[in-house]
Amino acid sequence: MGAYFSEIFSGLWSLFVGMGITFREFFSPTVTVQYPYETLKMTARYRGHIELISDEEGNPNCVVCGMCEKACPSSCITLAGEKPEGGKKKVLTSYLLDFTKCSLCGSCVESCNFNAIDFSKEYNLASTRKEDFHFNLLQRLKDRNP
Amino acid sequence: MSLTLLNVIIAVVIAIAFAALNAAYLVWAERRGAARIQRRPGPNINGPFGLFQPPLDGVKLMAKQLLIPGDVDKILFMVAPVLAMAPAITSFVTIPFSDHIVGHNMHIGILLVFAFASMGGMALLLAGWSSRNKYSVMSSVRAVSQAIAYEIPMLITVITIVMITGTTDLMGIVKSQAGGFWHWNIFPFKAGVFNPLMLLSFLVFFISSLAETNRAPFDLGEAESELVAGFHTEYGSMGFGLFFMGEYANIVIGASLTTILFLGGWDCPFGLFPGVWWFLLKIYLLIATFIWIRWTFPRTTIYGLLNLSWKILIPFSLFNLLLTAGLLKVF
Amino acid sequence: MSAPITIRPDETFTLNVGPQHPATHGVLRVKMEMDGEYIVNAETVIGYIHRMHEKMGELKTYPQFLMNLSRMDYLGALGYSHGHVLLIEKAAGIEVPERAEYIRAITVELNRIASHLFWFGAFVMDLGGFSPLMYALQDREYILDMLEAITGSRLTYSYYRFGGLYNDVDDDFIDAARRFIPRMRASLKKYHRLVTGNIIFMKRLEGIAPLTPEIIRKYGATSAVARGSGINFDVRKNEPYSVYPEFDFDVPVYHECDSLARYMVRMAEMEQSLRIIEQGLDKLPGGPIMPEKKKPIKIAPGDYYQAVETARGSFGIRLVSDGGKTPYRLKLRSPTYSNMHLFDESCRGMLIMDALAFMGSLDLVIPEIDR
Repeated sequence: MGAYFSEIFSGLWSLFVGMGITFREFFSPTVTVQYPYETLKMTARYRGHIELISDEEGNPNCVVCGMCEKACPSSCITLAGEKPEGGKKKVLTSYLLDFTKCSLCGSCVESCNFNAIDFSKEYNLASTRKEDFHFNLLQRLKDRNP
Repeated sequence: MSLTLLNVIIAVVIAIAFAALNAAYLVWAERRGAARIQRRPGPNINGPFGLFQPPLDGVKLMAKQLLIPGDVDKILFMVAPVLAMAPAITSFVTIPFSDHIVGHNMHIGILLVFAFASMGGMALLLAGWSSRNKYSVMSSVRAVSQAIAYEIPMLITVITIVMITGTTDLMGIVKSQAGGFWHWNIFPFKAGVFNPLMLLSFLVFFISSLAETNRAPFDLGEAESELVAGFHTEYGSMGFGLFFMGEYANIVIGASLTTILFLGGWDCPFGLFPGVWWFLLKIYLLIATFIWIRWTFPRTTIYGLLNLSWKILIPFSLFNLLLTAGLLKVF
Repeated sequence: MSAPITIRPDETFTLNVGPQHPATHGVLRVKMEMDGEYIVNAETVIGYIHRMHEKMGELKTYPQFLMNLSRMDYLGALGYSHGHVLLIEKAAGIEVPERAEYIRAITVELNRIASHLFWFGAFVMDLGGFSPLMYALQDREYILDMLEAITGSRLTYSYYRFGGLYNDVDDDFIDAARRFIPRMRASLKKYHRLVTGNIIFMKRLEGIAPLTPEIIRKYGATSAVARGSGINFDVRKNEPYSVYPEFDFDVPVYHECDSLARYMVRMAEMEQSLRIIEQGLDKLPGGPIMPEKKKPIKIAPGDYYQAVETARGSFGIRLVSDGGKTPYRLKLRSPTYSNMHLFDESCRGMLIMDALAFMGSLDLVIPEIDR
């Protein structure tokens, strides 16, 4: 009999304690970042899709060794290069990234010994067509440094 | 003669408008309140503070296709939402908002309100049964047993109040609590009966009205039931809208009844300027508490719910009834 | 009232708690035969999200497979990566610098707290209380922000490499972690007051779905499912690996066998993880994070096994190698697979809402079952 009443009163007290907590949370500030009107800055190591890095004259650092192509688990990267006449090193002619398969693992960036590719900070990519995600990174480099 | 008829028609129209406006904007208040408890903003894009959100939601609901699944019992399917909404709006006619603002005061006002509330229970049963969906039938069975179990403590508490006040007229009940908060039924200082358990009786009535309106933590009928929408699973645009608005109208009726029976209706706490603003203030404070409770607690189980009613609330309210009868004899 | 009843099996109907359902966390189908509200028989059907990770293990080279492990159980991803890198390092004989091992332990424990916070929010939401989910997710945001600053991703971290880590932690991480610990302790107190002490919640979980130690041993369940029934088994203490012998922490064990015991085990585990993180931050040595010479991975033919304790239980990974560039067979032992199959046998005679609460207390993540 005593347990009956003590359970009722302790139960009722626990309900008021719970309501007190939500009451205090009611007056706490909101933590939402209202996205299209306010944006967050991405951290330095954030992984967006990769971009080519160029030297001072605007030529890509890439020597077409093919390590990134071999390291990628999902076969996203296709690159081609040719040796110009009179030159010793290969020059990059096309670098295609199929971002629909990329898992942002970083194997390509890690395997490159020539500092040719790095992550960008792009996150605002939404589209209705698959072709918009087949990036031509050499073209994008040329568009960045005209 | 025609003036009285005109009065009645205007009163009815105002009651319906009040109910509809409340049902629409209580949704807004609930969404903003729930959001602030969860530390997020809530709707604030459509209009200042999101105030245009309910009309836009109404437009969206009306624009959707009213889908009636093939095998349902068509008449019952279409009657059920109307039966959920109509009694709630009709009960507004007898509720006195102030000394002279009342649709049509009846001498048996309390009986009318409870009669209409019982009809709301029928709507749950018809909705679940006519949907031909296993989830809906199970949930409406649960909802009906919940409605029956919680009407009993409510009615016993009301009998207690009627015994103290001596009349079933809602206006009379409020008038007997006039003159400051020490005359209110919730406090034990009422002349003629000094019952110290009236505060707990108020809690019993409050919990029962939470359960009667299918409101969390007792919302087994709608939100649980294997976490599909329960008895209104099969209802599309305006059918769902009517159930929704009916629920909020029931909440306003529950809050108004609590105020009238226990908190003195339109009476000011210090007896200075009685009026309709005190009534509205008290109703909205109670509704804010309803919203606060919904977003804090998890749901009870069906047997926990029924145990609470049959083993705790009913014995307590019966005991209170006997105590009040005894105290009335003594004092 | 909630004890199992005798069933009259000729009046049953079949209810399909289908693959699309808010209560099953992922795509899990449960075919239930019901007698009114009581369950006569239940059968869980899996395979809706089978992604062939073990087949990919046979086709990809060792460095290429690193990324798959984060995607198995995305809520506690670092624990799984840890198991895999420990196995390959054991098989190929690679030495790991001590700083890398300490950072691995700290980040695994942070991830364990994040996974348990998500479980806590989703579990209370299944029972009907929507607010603790938001509070738990806000606390989890602090952890995800910390991990994003050092690894670059928030959920599928590809952070561990064979021999060490991808990149080093900086002072910002250490400061943020030190600030997080008292904040998390205050939050845990808040959750205990708001949820654990609440009478509605306790009535909902106390005495529900008792699992005897015999049935747990029969199915091989681990983690909170076993520790809530009195079986004191934690891979970090019983089969120690990495730097865990240097840390001083307890393994919470409760003996009541019901859902409330499993809940309390996980809440206590969060507190113990905070202790490990504190000790790890204090003892963090300096030094490199990868071995100096990077050798290609060469694994001699043989059979290797490594088990680690993740947020969901004892995750085991077995490698059978024939000396080539790719494994001959890579087997992933999923802890949730063993935890989930208890459900079929023990939910007979329960009410359906109790059965769904029971499923929530088992902490299922379906992509991990289906791999």
